[in-house]
Amino acid sequence: MNRLSEFMLPPAKSTLAAETDALFHFINVTSIILLAGITFAIVYFSWKYRRRSEDDVTPVITHNNKLEITWSVIPLILVMIVFGWGFTGYLNLTTAPDDSYEIRVVGKSWLWEFHYETGHVSVNELHVPVNRPVKLIMSSDDVLHSFYIPDFRVKMDVLPNRYTSVWFEAIETGESIIYCAEYCGNAHSNMLATTYVHSVEDFETWLETAGSADDDMDPVELGEQLVTRNACDTCHSTDGTRLQGPSFQGLWGSEREMQDGEIVTVDENYVRESILEPNARITAGFDPVMPSYSGTLSDRQIDAIIEYLKTLQ
Amino acid sequence: MATNEENSNTKKLQVRRFKPEENPEKHYLNEEKGIWAWMTTVDHKKIGLLYLGSITFFFFVGGVLALLLRTELLTPAQSFIDADTYNQVFTLHGAIMIFFFLIPSVPAVLGNFVLPLQLGAKDVAFPRLNLASYYIYVIGALFTLFAIFTGGVDTGWTFYTPYSATTGGNVMAMTFGVFILGFSSILTGLNFIVTIHKMRAPGITWNKLPLNLWGLYATSLIQILATPVLAITLLLLTMERLLQIGIFDPALGGDPVLYQHFFWFYSHPAVYIMIVPGFGIISEVISTFSRKVIFGYWAIALSSLAIAFIGFLVWGHHMFTAGQSSLANMVFSFLTFLVGIPTGIKIFNWLATMYRGSIDMKTPMLYAQVFLFLFTIGGFTGIMLGALSVDIHLHDTYYVVAHFHYVMMGGMVMAFLAGLHYWWPKMFGKMYSEFWAKISCAILFVGFNMTFLPQFVMGAQGMPRRYFNYIDQFQSFHQFSTIGAYVMGVAFVIMAIYLVHSLLKGKRASSNPWGSRALEWQISSPPSLHNFHHVPVIVNGPYDYHKPMSEFQLGIAASHNGHHAEEAVNVSQSEKEQA
Repeated sequence: MNRLSEFMLPPAKSTLAAETDALFHFINVTSIILLAGITFAIVYFSWKYRRRSEDDVTPVITHNNKLEITWSVIPLILVMIVFGWGFTGYLNLTTAPDDSYEIRVVGKSWLWEFHYETGHVSVNELHVPVNRPVKLIMSSDDVLHSFYIPDFRVKMDVLPNRYTSVWFEAIETGESIIYCAEYCGNAHSNMLATTYVHSVEDFETWLETAGSADDDMDPVELGEQLVTRNACDTCHSTDGTRLQGPSFQGLWGSEREMQDGEIVTVDENYVRESILEPNARITAGFDPVMPSYSGTLSDRQIDAIIEYLKTLQ
Repeated sequence: MATNEENSNTKKLQVRRFKPEENPEKHYLNEEKGIWAWMTTVDHKKIGLLYLGSITFFFFVGGVLALLLRTELLTPAQSFIDADTYNQVFTLHGAIMIFFFLIPSVPAVLGNFVLPLQLGAKDVAFPRLNLASYYIYVIGALFTLFAIFTGGVDTGWTFYTPYSATTGGNVMAMTFGVFILGFSSILTGLNFIVTIHKMRAPGITWNKLPLNLWGLYATSLIQILATPVLAITLLLLTMERLLQIGIFDPALGGDPVLYQHFFWFYSHPAVYIMIVPGFGIISEVISTFSRKVIFGYWAIALSSLAIAFIGFLVWGHHMFTAGQSSLANMVFSFLTFLVGIPTGIKIFNWLATMYRGSIDMKTPMLYAQVFLFLFTIGGFTGIMLGALSVDIHLHDTYYVVAHFHYVMMGGMVMAFLAGLHYWWPKMFGKMYSEFWAKISCAILFVGFNMTFLPQFVMGAQGMPRRYFNYIDQFQSFHQFSTIGAYVMGVAFVIMAIYLVHSLLKGKRASSNPWGSRALEWQISSPPSLHNFHHVPVIVNGPYDYHKPMSEFQLGIAASHNGHHAEEAVNVSQSEKEQA
């Protein structure tokens, strides 16, 4: 049974995962027993009562109320057990403890932003402490997204007009994948992020140093890191491949035609505008889908990205 | 036209036996000829065949799209189509299969063909309206094709806002096509309800109505009550996109969750529009090929109505993670489990019908058994998804995709194929190759499970749906699934070949090749243009296999035919009984 559950489900890495898994297995086992019974009946009847001659006479059995009640009431009891079990689990999944550590989550097409109490913002990297309830308060900047961590058995839609929340308590350190589970357009399947579960001390250290870790890096190196870290490369390749947005390769200094026919030379001002106000001017042939990085990237970081773009000829 | 002559309780009918004519020279397929006769026909049988042609076309298109998707998913990253095309293809696969194939398939094709025959009527109540329904369907389809060729649609078949309000492509034409299509569905439902109420042959009381008609009756009720809500939703969506009135789009002050309520208020009952008529077919097929009276007639008939009714109250189970209140989630979860009960009742009654029957495993019966197995899996996985805490994990993953395909393809399509093979000899007067039909069914069964079983595992492991790229861990599941899809493709090619062969060179079918007691088998194959040359009279239930065949072929003896008295059967006593 354990082997089967390992095969069917991702590792259970939150306090509530085991409860969800138990119900999953209960329904599976009950269903398989019933399915085996029904399949046996199909095969057995088909063989045992196969037509032997065209003159076969069959008995007249029109109905049997006792049987009807039996096969209504037993399934009813079973599904009521499942209902109660599922509802209890659901209440636990939706009731975050009062002392939860809160992190703000913003879904944008197509990246996840995590805002911490220190003001630090990380993109596509969720850092959380182990053995402590974490509550995510989520909203979307554009269309619907859905925040899903299979390892924790949590999922919640992220909406543009209201806050939703999800909570979990990780039980071991390590990494877990985060998916967007609500279809949100072209790069929906690239809207992935990673949860990093740290020990409490490591988490404190990370939080303190996260903002300043880049200070002594040279601009080009920092820019290259920022492009990956902020999910720019979800939509902009660095090797000339056409994705949702124009490739960064050969972009710098080139002349590009905009949707309204304007010809723009890609310089510092254009890149800065494209990062902070991406839909002001759209390159012909592309859709206005990029979210704004205003408030996510500092001036120094934007400068670093510009320096990096200059190297991609 | 048959009327309710049995209403006058004291009336005695003089009846005699009408043996069906074998190998009729004139029948509905050759009595009127030429394209124009087909295009303007008000004959329910021909309209059924027009629908059959159309849905076959759309099933082919939707199927090819599915194969494209599965082929792209052989590798985790892009292989031969880009993300945008992939998104359009899965949207079209869903929209075409649901709106243009599944919803019209059983009611409009098999329902149209069989319903008047099973009632002993010459046509449906409103034959011209029936033809209009078909053309409305065609116009809706043209709009959709127009949308595909003018930019495509990449919203998914659910058209969720605000994405559908902001994305490029021709979402408007597509939704307008679906909007038009809804009227076709409503009018067909209306037609069927009136026909069942008013045009039953003498003796067909409500407790002698074939279960197929109970299924179609329940379906028609859902069609006329739920489809208008889809129309309202799509109109609101249009108003928002064209006139910038904020209804669903938060940028304009609307609420996207409201859209989901509207959408599923129709689309959940729509799932029952697709599956309930399938239940009707299975009842007919299992009883006929077990040559045995159906077990629990009322349990099966009423459970269809119960499903139709409860089906209206469970739409919220599509939205457990959407941000609706916990109370709403609890209520919807509870009601969802209640739908499981009448569904289970049906399965058990069908099995009980087979018990001590005389089972002839012909192709339609084989499909019915495949249906029982696959639909049961679909049902159990539905229980899994109804359980709140588990659904939080499984929602929007491949588990849902697999569940839906087990219910819709494993359930509904298998039931449709059972019905198609069952009534094929009646439709065309030809038999198909029993050998190749069984081979094809077996391949289909294997291919289907290869395709969708791995998707349960993948989904439970966390693979989200509608993903163009996926992480490497899932590749082996995807590849297995894709091979399964090709196997299914082979099965459908074989099916197309033997069915075409049957049309061209098939053996002539007798009027009643399965030895059924149902009324549609008591006339020639294919039927004549007006179905019955006499007014049929029903004295037994449609599944009374213990009564002699002669009692199922009665009709009112015309008064000037007095010299046929020696053939007359006196049934006045049974007439009194049922009065």
